[in-house]
Amino acid sequence: MTIQGWILILGFVGILLALTKPIGMWLFALYEGRRTPLHLVLGPVERGFYKLAGIDPTQEQGWRRYALHMLVFNFVLMAFTYAVLRLQGTLPGNPQGLAGLSPHLAFNTAISFTTNTNWQSYGGESTMSNLSQMLGLTIHNFLSSATGIALAFALFRGFARREAKAIGNFWADCTRVTLYLLLPLCVVLALFYIASGVPQTLAGVIGIDTLEGARQSILLGPVASQEAIKMLGTNGGGFFNANSAHPFENPTALTNLVQMLSIFAIGVGLTWCFGKAVGNTRQGWAILAAMMILFLAGVTVAYWQEAAGNPVLHQLGVAGGNMEGKEARFGIAASALFAVVTTAASCGAVNAMHDSFTALGGMIPLFNMQLGEVVIGGVGAGIYGFLLFAILAVFVAGLMVGRTPEYVGKKIEAREVKLAVLAIAVLPLMILGLTALSSVLEQGLAGPLNKGPHGFSEILYAFTSAVANNGSAFAGLTANTPWYNGLLGVAMWVGRFFIIVPMLAIAGSLAAKKHTPESAGSFPTTGGLWVGLLVGIVLIVGGLTFLPSLALGPIADHLAMIRGQLF
Amino acid sequence: MGNDLSTSLRPAIVLTILFAILLGILYPLAMTGIGQALFPFQANGSLVRDASGRVIGSAVVGQAFTSDRYFQTRPSAAGQGYDGLASSGSNLGPAAQALTDRVKPDVAKRQAEGITGPLPADLVTASGSGLDPDLSPEAALAQAPRIAAARGLPIERVRALVNQRTEGGAVLGAPHVNVLAINRALEALPR
Repeated sequence: MTIQGWILILGFVGILLALTKPIGMWLFALYEGRRTPLHLVLGPVERGFYKLAGIDPTQEQGWRRYALHMLVFNFVLMAFTYAVLRLQGTLPGNPQGLAGLSPHLAFNTAISFTTNTNWQSYGGESTMSNLSQMLGLTIHNFLSSATGIALAFALFRGFARREAKAIGNFWADCTRVTLYLLLPLCVVLALFYIASGVPQTLAGVIGIDTLEGARQSILLGPVASQEAIKMLGTNGGGFFNANSAHPFENPTALTNLVQMLSIFAIGVGLTWCFGKAVGNTRQGWAILAAMMILFLAGVTVAYWQEAAGNPVLHQLGVAGGNMEGKEARFGIAASALFAVVTTAASCGAVNAMHDSFTALGGMIPLFNMQLGEVVIGGVGAGIYGFLLFAILAVFVAGLMVGRTPEYVGKKIEAREVKLAVLAIAVLPLMILGLTALSSVLEQGLAGPLNKGPHGFSEILYAFTSAVANNGSAFAGLTANTPWYNGLLGVAMWVGRFFIIVPMLAIAGSLAAKKHTPESAGSFPTTGGLWVGLLVGIVLIVGGLTFLPSLALGPIADHLAMIRGQLF
Repeated sequence: MGNDLSTSLRPAIVLTILFAILLGILYPLAMTGIGQALFPFQANGSLVRDASGRVIGSAVVGQAFTSDRYFQTRPSAAGQGYDGLASSGSNLGPAAQALTDRVKPDVAKRQAEGITGPLPADLVTASGSGLDPDLSPEAALAQAPRIAAARGLPIERVRALVNQRTEGGAVLGAPHVNVLAINRALEALPR
């Protein structure tokens, strides 16, 4: 580890903290449906959309209707992308003349992008036409993140409103977030990326006669426009197979920093927005503090392990940190930091290959996802996931003192705790169940590239990434098979919507409750004790379930690695 | 509930179409137009041409260099090596036999070139993309003796070139040398 590496990590955190309030204020304006300066330009677009779609943005919905409309919209979007991918061969915007996708690959990809996972069973450059990238995938990058933010707004309203039936209008939330937040930011980011060397053209393959006289073909396309929302919306599906390690997606150390910041930007803003919504911004800062503690702990382990390097290669006479799967322009610190950021959020973009990380360095991304990606987390999904843990935390605190727990002015009762546990239980059930199945059946065992415990880690990582809607991979796994495409598709769907629906039910039930004013007996949810309790609950409830699986995978791998045992 | 379902279909379908047009077509096309107007070099892949106008590479994307006369690029897992249509890392785990089997001969080859002491890690490891355009300055300097001998240049000239061409600080990323650019500079060195 170097001083410069730590300056990067702490500087990164510092910039985020500085961004938290401004972004939070902007989000809060959208949460309240207030006018922003951008309404001058985009207001007519918003109103036009409502008119054509027959939406009355002032008509609010109860949680059931909100959930149903969200599900129908996501289903229609998914069907649309499935059709675009299947028909790719007959559609325009296909300079390479690529064929349509197989049914199981199109199924997997359509779910993957609808659920904000962006798992790539396909190699972008060899599978997707320009039109598929733009029409089929970029649109989901916007709308799956807008859906996430809309859902977070709905839950905030549940906490903030008193004796109310409605938690907002899904269509209005989704449209406003897209038009006034995501799209304008993406225009700015895309221009920055283009200026930095990310291509933006409708051309296809370019032939090159290299300096040594060989032929090389490289693919161009509308990369920058997709890159911008890929990071900002914590989507992570790359234009190219190698994702943000590809020099056309992430050409410089500065673009790398901006990409990492855009992954977390909206997530940190939402913590502030939550505090503001419930009338005390310190509630938001307390959540952010707990997240940052977990984040920095992860970064420390990952950076330390990657900088220490691979003892197997040291034996062969290679010096320094672990550079397998890393790009020279980023080096160790910026690669380790990126890996932790992308899995703490539900982004899943990678600027280095996690499969080739050291055993423990690669365990951190895995563990981050197993916690449910609540450390900042995906846009919207991170904060609502974390609030589920907060409900559990006040419940545990309430048990200890024998009082009905309260959180930000709402009594937390049996119904909310049951629903929160239901949502949180989806993760271990799906991840461990499907990993176990794939680890014993022939179709599953055909997948891993690496042998020994690392092969098990590849399977575990895939299902963790899918259920947690991350999308990064231990990419050695051959996942483009009916078995993996099918199971991972189901895993992504369940991992998204089986958490969202109970979460919206909580929002509805909280909204209907009376306000409980804070009293001397209330457990304070802003101080250091609360932050410590939150961190503990996330680690114990979220993490402990997975410890045995980690022992079989990365930890066994680590012990083998330091003994020099190869597989 | 049935009524709810039907009332949700119209906004779902209409918004899908409207957003598909706005986000899937207008946004990327507008960015293409603006990008092509403001930054035509970068937007078209930062292509590098020789004196006759032939495209010899991209300033951003790596290409294979294997000759003794050039700074050689890192091992690549993209296709057969530096395949611009098949970007990929090796995805080998740290304790994979296949990783050791690949690194061992590369280490032996470098040592035969006269590199003494521990090897810079990036020289014998595959990058994440398989299209890494850069080398660490250490990995470039380690190749100086071989290049100087192959070209009949004083070794100090080659080393000075590496120092001169090293870009990037150690905070945001890592210092690095663009291999295509430095090899073109090598070609341009007077004998």
